[in-house]
Amino acid sequence: MNPKEEKVKIITEEFIENDKDAGVGRQKKTPKVARQKRKKRLPTTGPEEMVPENLHFNQQGPVPEDSDTRPLSMTSRRGPRSLPPIPSASRTGFAEFSMRERMREKLQAARSKAESTLLQEIPTPRPRRLQSPSEKEMETEFGTEADEEVQRTQKEDDSQSYSRVKFCDSVRKIKPKPVVPPGFPSAEEAYNFFTFNFDPEPEESEEKPKAKNRDGMNQEEEEGEEEEPPVQEHKMDEEELLSAKDDEDFLLGLDHAAEDFVVVRPADYESVHVRLQMEKELLFVPSRLTVPTYKKLPENVQPRFLEDEGLYAGARPEVPRACQNIMENRLLTQEPGRKWFGDDGKILALPNPTKGFPSRPPVLTREQDIKAELETLYKKAVKYVHRSQHMIGSGDPSGNFQLDIDISGLIFTHHPCFSREHVLAAKLAQLYDQYLARHQRNKAKFLTDKLQALRNAVQTELNPAKPHKSLDTTQKAINEYKSEIRQTRKLRDAEQEKDRTLLKTIIKVWKEMKSLREFQRFTNTPLKLVLRKEKVDQKTDEEAYEAEIQAEISELLEELMEEYERKMEGYRASYQQWKAWKKAQRAKKKKKKQAVEEHPDEEMEEPYPGEEPVKPVPPEPTDRALVEQQVRERAAWSRRRPGEPTLVPELSLAGSVTPNEQCPRAEVLRREDVKRRSIYLKVIFNDKEVSRTDSRPLGADFRVHFGQIFNLQIFNWPESLTLQVYETIGHSGTTLLAEVFLPIPETTIVTGRAPIEEVEFSSNQHVTLDHEGVGSGVPFSFEADGSNQLILMTSGKVSNGVAWAIGENGIPLIPPLSQQNIGFRSALKRADAISSIGTSGLTDLKKLAKWAAESKLDPNDPNNAPLMQLISVATSGESYVPDFFRLEQLQQEFNFVSDEELNRSKRFRLLCLRSQEVPEFRNYKQIPAYDREIMEKVFQDYEKRLRDRNVIETKDHIDTHRAIVAKYLQQVRESVINRFLIAKHHFLLSDLIVEEEVPNISILGLSLFKLAEQKRPLRPRRKGRKKVTAQNLSDGDIKVLVNIIRAYDIPVRKPTASKFQQPSRSSRTFSEKRAASPTTHSPTHSTDYPLGQVLVRPFVEVSFQRTICHTTTAEGPNPSWNEELELPFRAPNGDYSTTSLQSVRDDVFINIFDEVLNDVLEDDRERGRGIHTHIERHWLGSVKIPFSTIYFQAKIDGTFKIDIPPVLLGYSKERNLIIERSFDSVRSLSEGSYITLFITIEPQLVPGESVREKFDSQEDEKLLQATAKFQTECALKFPHRQCLTTVTDISGKTVFVTRYLKPLNPPRELLDACPNSPQAMEELLDYFLFKQELVARYVSLIPFLPDTVSFAGICDMWSTSDQFLDLLAGDEEEHAVLLCNYFLSLGKKAWLMMGSAIPEGPTAYVLTREQSHYLIWNPCTGHFYGQFDTFCPLKSVGCLIGPDNIWFNIQRYDSPLRINFDVTKPKLWKSFFSRSLPYPGLSSVQPEELIYQRTDKAAAAELQDRIEKILKEKIMDWRPRHLTRWNRYCTSALRHFLPVLERNQGEDIEDDHRAELLKQLGDYRFSGFPLHMPYSELKPLIEAVYSTGVHNIDVPNVEFALAVYIHPYPKNVLSVWIYVASLIRNR
Amino acid sequence: MAAAGPSVFLLMVNGQVESAQFPEYDDLYCKYCFVYGQDWAPTAGLEEGISQITSKSQDVRRALVWNFPIDVTFKSTNPYGWPQIVLSVYGPDVFGNDVVRGYGAVHVPFSPGRHKRTVPMFVPESTSKLQKFTSWFMGRRPEYTDPKVVAQGEGREVTRVRSQGFVTLLFNVVTKDMRKLGYDTGPPDTQGASGPSPQQGLPP
Repeated sequence: MNPKEEKVKIITEEFIENDKDAGVGRQKKTPKVARQKRKKRLPTTGPEEMVPENLHFNQQGPVPEDSDTRPLSMTSRRGPRSLPPIPSASRTGFAEFSMRERMREKLQAARSKAESTLLQEIPTPRPRRLQSPSEKEMETEFGTEADEEVQRTQKEDDSQSYSRVKFCDSVRKIKPKPVVPPGFPSAEEAYNFFTFNFDPEPEESEEKPKAKNRDGMNQEEEEGEEEEPPVQEHKMDEEELLSAKDDEDFLLGLDHAAEDFVVVRPADYESVHVRLQMEKELLFVPSRLTVPTYKKLPENVQPRFLEDEGLYAGARPEVPRACQNIMENRLLTQEPGRKWFGDDGKILALPNPTKGFPSRPPVLTREQDIKAELETLYKKAVKYVHRSQHMIGSGDPSGNFQLDIDISGLIFTHHPCFSREHVLAAKLAQLYDQYLARHQRNKAKFLTDKLQALRNAVQTELNPAKPHKSLDTTQKAINEYKSEIRQTRKLRDAEQEKDRTLLKTIIKVWKEMKSLREFQRFTNTPLKLVLRKEKVDQKTDEEAYEAEIQAEISELLEELMEEYERKMEGYRASYQQWKAWKKAQRAKKKKKKQAVEEHPDEEMEEPYPGEEPVKPVPPEPTDRALVEQQVRERAAWSRRRPGEPTLVPELSLAGSVTPNEQCPRAEVLRREDVKRRSIYLKVIFNDKEVSRTDSRPLGADFRVHFGQIFNLQIFNWPESLTLQVYETIGHSGTTLLAEVFLPIPETTIVTGRAPIEEVEFSSNQHVTLDHEGVGSGVPFSFEADGSNQLILMTSGKVSNGVAWAIGENGIPLIPPLSQQNIGFRSALKRADAISSIGTSGLTDLKKLAKWAAESKLDPNDPNNAPLMQLISVATSGESYVPDFFRLEQLQQEFNFVSDEELNRSKRFRLLCLRSQEVPEFRNYKQIPAYDREIMEKVFQDYEKRLRDRNVIETKDHIDTHRAIVAKYLQQVRESVINRFLIAKHHFLLSDLIVEEEVPNISILGLSLFKLAEQKRPLRPRRKGRKKVTAQNLSDGDIKVLVNIIRAYDIPVRKPTASKFQQPSRSSRTFSEKRAASPTTHSPTHSTDYPLGQVLVRPFVEVSFQRTICHTTTAEGPNPSWNEELELPFRAPNGDYSTTSLQSVRDDVFINIFDEVLNDVLEDDRERGRGIHTHIERHWLGSVKIPFSTIYFQAKIDGTFKIDIPPVLLGYSKERNLIIERSFDSVRSLSEGSYITLFITIEPQLVPGESVREKFDSQEDEKLLQATAKFQTECALKFPHRQCLTTVTDISGKTVFVTRYLKPLNPPRELLDACPNSPQAMEELLDYFLFKQELVARYVSLIPFLPDTVSFAGICDMWSTSDQFLDLLAGDEEEHAVLLCNYFLSLGKKAWLMMGSAIPEGPTAYVLTREQSHYLIWNPCTGHFYGQFDTFCPLKSVGCLIGPDNIWFNIQRYDSPLRINFDVTKPKLWKSFFSRSLPYPGLSSVQPEELIYQRTDKAAAAELQDRIEKILKEKIMDWRPRHLTRWNRYCTSALRHFLPVLERNQGEDIEDDHRAELLKQLGDYRFSGFPLHMPYSELKPLIEAVYSTGVHNIDVPNVEFALAVYIHPYPKNVLSVWIYVASLIRNR
Repeated sequence: MAAAGPSVFLLMVNGQVESAQFPEYDDLYCKYCFVYGQDWAPTAGLEEGISQITSKSQDVRRALVWNFPIDVTFKSTNPYGWPQIVLSVYGPDVFGNDVVRGYGAVHVPFSPGRHKRTVPMFVPESTSKLQKFTSWFMGRRPEYTDPKVVAQGEGREVTRVRSQGFVTLLFNVVTKDMRKLGYDTGPPDTQGASGPSPQQGLPP
């Protein structure tokens, strides 16, 4: 039974996991399973039992769901299938829970029972698992069966799938039912509840589906009668048999079984279909279809639309329809409660998602919340200095002054929108204003009174005062009065006339206006003129009038009489003249025509006054009637007629304006246009806009009221104050109508006392309008025929007041007068008017409020309305606006100490300096925590350096020029390093990230090939060492490895007996040195050599940073050591950064010594018993390699020439012998000794890269592009060959390299010194060569200082030759450039040759062309080599640079031995300038001529003495345990030699020299040598002497000799010779 | 010396590089090193370490557990340049080349006590798609020239990185004399309460 049971489990499992359809059919399939089982068990089951069984069966589904023992996955998968329980769970949590609890309890009880029974029945569940093979068989068997069943159940599925759909719905409806009762469900109910799930006919009552189901079951069972009953049944039977009565018990049994089912299952495979189905079950995809409204509403509820009911619903936010549908579907499915839906069946939505009030908490609502520190700290503004004369000086602390500008309004006297009536009205108003003004002054009245008074005075004068006074005085006074009367009368008449005309004009205009109004039949302006008549008493008036006229007439007559008198006199005189003239004229007349003569007559007569009929004849006496008539006429014209009423015009605005409706269209348009216009004013203070008024609409009366007060807080004295009138039409832009210049107020005018003034303005704009408006600047006419045209311009008046404000304590805020420029005063006088507070006052509300309170501002004044509102807001404290702004808000807070303290504290200072990367402190570690732990001396060096920056120190340098140069170099270095430090903080990707280059196809192919290659090849290829970045290194990590391999041609000892053989020096020629055929050397030496005797026992000592290692001793002149020496390296200050390593200036000295064994045995008799030898070492020569070279080259491998002193006492070169024996002549091709070395650093350090900063350049951009192109082309072909086109000059600019080459004169004395001996002149070639050599030597005497050392990490900098000579330091390029320039000036063909050499690495040499061959010059040593010299240190040639072109080597080889130097061959040399890019004739950066100063000989001698003294002291220092004796005799002898050596440049004097020495010091065993160096500093000299190890001799009776000679060359180039010798007295 | 007060403070860090989450990679190992300022010096313990290779656990967590101990003591005069631990995780790619799987850095916690830190890791990205492919193909992914770069901010703007994975670190931090030198790193309440007592307890 067990296997069977197992199978059933499997099947059920499958069903459980099966797709939905399977699930649907499960109810049927499970029975089928049961059927299968029944095959065996049938006999035990009766048909009667089927019903309960089936019932139980139905329970099978839900039971596992409730059982806790089921695996999680199963329940979860079933979730969707068992829809009903889940929602119910959510709804009736507690009810169900309690019910479950109860059921569980029962189950528990039943299970224990059942278990005991099962244990009896079923032996053990375990063994089942072991029967897997049979299971599998069954499974396959079942699989086929299942297929059949699928077919069989297909039709059932159809019906059921339908029922299922319904089921879902129905469940929703029915399900609540069992829950609704508040009490806990009974067992019955629970049963129903669980079985309910499987109702195929949900519409019917609960019982029905069961019945139906049962029917179906029964059918099926009937079909397979013979089938086995299911295990469950079987169990059930047994349970029944035993004691089970409850459904719960049955459930228990099932539960148990289900638990067992889970235990074993085969590997599941889920087909894609199944998976999809499952996903369908798991995933819920809401439909996009519109949800019908009824679903969203409770049943039988009609949607209710609030809007329709008249309630405000608000606008719903815009949501796409699809989204809304999805949401609705989701809500419906997930939360079946319809709480999300409103009455109208729509999703509830807030009308507007934005909140009506800010949700951000108010920032600092109260004043007191703000910390006092937060408040604004007033810091004086930095004043704008350059116009200081207009500014208020700093003497006044308050500094802010205030101009108040009150702009009350604006009236247009003309505006484009004026209608004709307006024009008249404006005119009328203007006239009326004028009238009013005149009336107010009433000048006519005043003058009339005055006239009256004068007349009275004349009367009184005339009558009683006559006898008293002298006639003259009276007459005079009367005359004065009379003239006064006359003047006054004229004035009065004019005034009266004006008054009258004005009145007349007013009336005329008014009449015109009236007629216009009548004509156009509407009224535009409310103006109305009323003429008031004032009645006067006719009689008195007439009398007064008559009296006045009479008085006037009499006066006039009197006047005229006087006039007549005067005229008569004048007439008489002129008549006489005229007569005389007439006579003369008559004489003329006879000759000329009469007509011509008329003119002079007229001319003569015309000057006479024309009041009377003036004739040449006597003037007429005054005619009284005529006068009277004139007077009356005038009076009638200018004066009111007697009795006529006085007219007083009164202009009022009482008239009514015709409303729009009654106006013609054009007028309506005009009015509308006026309405659209608005005006605002800008306040411009000192040409800056400071504020502007509100924009106000233009009134129909063309007045604009502003009523605004602007408070200008000013610092500068006002220069100009302008108002700009802007007009806005509709929504279009604004136009500037006019500018109004306001006067700057007098200092006495303060706020409150300022009168409101009207300032007129006018604009010159031309406006034409298409309506009634007359426009501006365009002609128009009042007449119908268009005559009498008028052109009016826009104009108006601004009423304003400008005044100075009054400060808090009543002091006017006026800039003090003393600070005003006097010349400016006049301009200031025309100052302006303002209102009260500065514009900033408006923002500072508190101040404003205070001001308002103090100035007793009228709160009811509409002008102040906005102000008062502001103030009320400010004082009520409703909102607090922080009235300060801060750039670095909390800077003060975060300053953890004050600046003073920062400077005072040593620790802080140290920290600051370190963070500034000051060189002394850059790598300072562990800055102490307390000031007291910092030594004062820490700063000493730094401070000293700061102090000494400009002080030239001569202590170290001895020679002032060099001190200056050193200082200069130091400064250049500092500035460059600073620049570099900045550049160092700019990173490129390659600095940070190591990334493989994108391989090209060949590399890719190669690497593909590599994949196939053997992992462990039999012949492994050498792999490059791993490079170490210098960051995490410390002392002792780096070692310098020196591998000494072998040496050639070491000088050999010379027997002392050779003193008599001296070769004749004279036989040598210059060519010998070069031509490598020293055949003339005497062979006599050889005879003295005893064959087999040890010639020399050399060993090599390597010293680096004062660490010394040496090899074992080898024998013979061509020793082979093959030893590796290891020297530790210590970086300066323990700083292993790249920059620091680059600046290491130590040299590796490789010294070759001869080990000499001296027999010190005194007694020959003891020879048999012991060996007593004394070891001496004799320095033979040295090779010096700078560490920087090793560092940059990573390894140095090659054969180097040993620097052997020109004279090596006691030694000679073996080569003579060899040549003599004529074997191996190749070796003797070059003189000198050689050593083969291999030097490297372990571990390999990554050399620093030069800065890839692109320097700016003054070169032509085209040229620069060409250089870049040329370089890339070259690099593409030969990536390892050096190609140089542009270099950086000392100021950091890119310069084309050929600019450096130019013939430059070598020092004259150098060439003069050239011996003009006949010998030398023999061959011109030799002479030239000699000159070249001299020059090369001169150049080589300039000290060498690599750029990389001076400018660590920076690219090469090229200095020009004069800079180089001034600096007296430079590297290969500078030497080479200078040498090349000298050669060029000597007329040689010379090129700068860029290549790489040993040991320098990439370097510059000079190539010269002789007649038939080329010579390669090393500019730093002054040596030259033939092209085919194997020992030439230059190993490869990259490019040649001439003064006008660059040639890049495109030959196959780059070794100078194998290349052709013929640059004319384009196949061999790629030239930069070619036909396509011709040489543009670049000017040189070099000077025209080099000027050489003669070096001070005395200074050189002094230096010489000092050096000698210092060196002697040093040698004594180095021998602390021994007595150092100086042999003065020898020293003087040596000193004598040195100039000879210099003269001969250290050559060919060896034998002479030796002979002489021997002569002088015959008793001594002598070993010593001269050292020759260019002079730069003292330190290298000391180093060099030290490295020879002369001081190391510790033979007791040793004596020393040291001589120094300095030979000065022009331009302070010094050649230093040091002769060091040790002497041991021979006994 | 003691009377004058200490002139350095000590920071003892121990703990471990516990585990990592690198969902895509397996068989990773981890390197750590410390980056600290100029005023700091290690006095004891190891500044750098390289862990064993670990494979993912088989459970759902798929964690890579190293449990690689850290134990180092620093002394310093200045909190400036407080030590950071820099982690770099490496592992084999498809071709078996060791490539970097993540860089990360985190400051050693300031306050004494037990701290757990989860450090998000990142790797530099190739500059182009082609480079990405070739670097994948050649097994030479872009790497930092020096892992310590990730502890500094300078120059990072030129790089592009991709985040991947997390490393969990456990720190136990003990400090000595920090308060005496005026640096208060503890939480305000506990420090105030417990701070003075150890001082009093210390022998003068």
